[in-house]
Amino acid sequence: MHQVEIATTQETLLDSPEMVLNMGPQHPSTHGVLRVVLRLDGETVIDLDCDIGYLHRGMEKIAENRMYTQIAPYWDRLDYIAAVSNGLVWVETVEQMMGLPVPPRAHYLRTILTELNRIASHLLWLATHALDIGAVTVLLWALREREEILKIFERQFGARLTCHAWRVGGMPNDAYDDFNKDVRQFVNNFPKRLDEYETVLSENRIWLSRTVGIGVISAEDAIAIGLSGPALRGSGVAWDIRKSRPYAAYGDMDFDIPVGENGDTYDRYLVRLEEMRQSRRIIDQALENLPDGPVNAKLPKIVKPPVGDYYHTIEAPKGEIGCYIVADGTAHPWRVRVRPPSFINLQALRQMCIGHLVADVVAIIGTLDIVLGEIDR
Amino acid sequence: MLLFAPIDVLNDLLLRMGLGEETIRYFVWPLIQIGLVVTLVALWVAYATYLERKISAFMQARLGPMRVGPWGLLQPIADGLKLLTKEDFIPEKADRWIFFFAPYIAVASAFIVFSVIPFGPDWAVIADVNIGLLLVLAVSSVGVLALILAGWSSNSKYALLGGLRSSAQMVSYEVAMGLSLIGALMFARTLSLSGIIAAQGSDSIWYVLYQPAGFLIFLISGIAENNRAPFDLPEAESELVAGFHTEYSGMRWSLFFMAEYAAMVVVAAVATTVYLGGWYFPFVYRLETSGHHNLFVLVSVLVFLVKASLILYFYFWLRWTLPRFRYDQLMDIGWKWLIPSALINIVISAFAIFLVQALNGFQGMQTIEFIDRGLNLTASGKAIMIVMGIAGLFATASLLARINWRSRDFNLKVQRRDIKLVNLPKGKPAVQPGS
Repeated sequence: MHQVEIATTQETLLDSPEMVLNMGPQHPSTHGVLRVVLRLDGETVIDLDCDIGYLHRGMEKIAENRMYTQIAPYWDRLDYIAAVSNGLVWVETVEQMMGLPVPPRAHYLRTILTELNRIASHLLWLATHALDIGAVTVLLWALREREEILKIFERQFGARLTCHAWRVGGMPNDAYDDFNKDVRQFVNNFPKRLDEYETVLSENRIWLSRTVGIGVISAEDAIAIGLSGPALRGSGVAWDIRKSRPYAAYGDMDFDIPVGENGDTYDRYLVRLEEMRQSRRIIDQALENLPDGPVNAKLPKIVKPPVGDYYHTIEAPKGEIGCYIVADGTAHPWRVRVRPPSFINLQALRQMCIGHLVADVVAIIGTLDIVLGEIDR
Repeated sequence: MLLFAPIDVLNDLLLRMGLGEETIRYFVWPLIQIGLVVTLVALWVAYATYLERKISAFMQARLGPMRVGPWGLLQPIADGLKLLTKEDFIPEKADRWIFFFAPYIAVASAFIVFSVIPFGPDWAVIADVNIGLLLVLAVSSVGVLALILAGWSSNSKYALLGGLRSSAQMVSYEVAMGLSLIGALMFARTLSLSGIIAAQGSDSIWYVLYQPAGFLIFLISGIAENNRAPFDLPEAESELVAGFHTEYSGMRWSLFFMAEYAAMVVVAAVATTVYLGGWYFPFVYRLETSGHHNLFVLVSVLVFLVKASLILYFYFWLRWTLPRFRYDQLMDIGWKWLIPSALINIVISAFAIFLVQALNGFQGMQTIEFIDRGLNLTASGKAIMIVMGIAGLFATASLLARINWRSRDFNLKVQRRDIKLVNLPKGKPAVQPGS
């Protein structure tokens, strides 16, 4: 780990030493228990280091002692904001290991619900990002909207946050009776509301001056660090697993990938807003073409994938979440490894922050959209 | 009037107790006034927090405090009680005495100002000092000391950063604030706050019409001076946890809170006095001429409170709408925009007064009625002044735009661009950058 050097003497105008500021783990805007050690000259960041691990629960190790079907709920706790997407990566990986044919209706429902989850996650990002930069009202507006999605989740899965949405081979049960009506209502209302939120921020002079040119990262650097998701697309790379390696029903959907230009905070903001609109488009299409039929594949009593290594990725709201499983032919995985998008996106923080002010650090943490549950696992 | 009968009775009683008329007039009544003003202002401050919570709640599609009393009306009192009973915690490494006294400085500097604020005519003002405005600026600038001391003595890095920010911010915005008032003073020709209101009354005008630029500059720098959003950097929640009062708790914390709101009320009151005609309102004087003196004073006080509350509402409105500036951007606005525009405003106001004086008697035109304590203009003079005021607004804006045309913040709207939408064919590898 890169260590922050603590200088005790420095010849500046007032002969004051550089200040080392501990941001977190209990800080209102580090989005959980992230500890950032900042080395400051006045308010300018000279150097910073992230100290993580405050939320470590040893999930990958726990997974080695659980059966394949039992691990799925743990995956909800990775990125608890987007539990539905995270659950999907586990069940899809296991399904691919087993070669299970998942019925199309399940694929479509998965598409609808993960896209709803993407909107919910982006709304929470918008809320907290705006709050970090000082616009408090957007927080409550965005949460109001997210509430609609969580209501749908609650009716469908029985839980709002960590839903345990999927089962290996399909879904626990079919969509509830009013599912189409509820989702349709949300899809119809959402664009109008989103435009409303945008009026508060997008053209706002203060918002512009806080985000334009802040935390710039070039496409080359972004690829070198391994950024994914909106953080990568904000820098101008059109990389989206939904397009490049379609899973669930994304192959049948028609949607655009929003791509930024300058790789600054404002571009990432626009990219995420546009992604919400595109998600809505996907939901619209999937709901239109929702096939009938069963939602579950036939499953053996005990899931025992054949020996081998498997890797599968999906596009979670935060970026590309991957799951690498080494199976030894028993009912338990021999080793599991997650490629967490937040963890890898966080690596860009140092490069993005140096030379900026303390206030920008907060904005940049917000724009990376990290979740500590996923970073520490 | 029956309502004010007890006052005369009390006066008689005091006289009979052997106190001299002078003592009663200069000592006893001022004490009663001070007691009243402090109580009422404290109440006003408490209910300003309630209003802020309610207004923000309505903006955010929720209800706000609803549980304590009807519509949560007793919430501020419950909050006060809760804070009083909380532990008064002083960190071990803090500079004890400074930490102890800093909140008192904050509250005192905010409340002393109310001694010269004219809430109404006659008995509704504690002391009509002839340098009232100067006193307001001087005393309210002592408030910055409290923030620095609190930030320094807490021995916490967040508090220190908050204290440093607040000192830089308040010092730079005080300049703009003082300069912006000069334009209005040229019309009023007095520093006495009651005098300024009297001048507006006799000229039958609100100086906001003569001085739109000055009013705007005063309001903006007033908000910055109060450390309110979008300039609330010293206590920027999301960056500095709670800024200079991070380490404070209980009643000592609430004193800072009270000081902040009291300072807001002060700025609102000064803005009302100087630019919105204070307690002066058309046709209210008829109460006085028909012999209801005390009623006239009461209605005037009400008018003043309504005007000041409107400005307070403006504060709340901004706070819950706008994001926060960054520290360096804040300094830019202060030094690159507000201070130059305040200086330009002074020049334009002086020129306008010169113009009006020069036009007086030019080709039989009459612009000045008479010059007494303030400038009293005829209708045509007023028209010239208002036109000059609005023209000055545009002149200032265009001049500053010319000066700052290359600055980054000025060109942000031009830089705003839309994002590309890429519709890739399905299942193909993604586009590499540059290709």
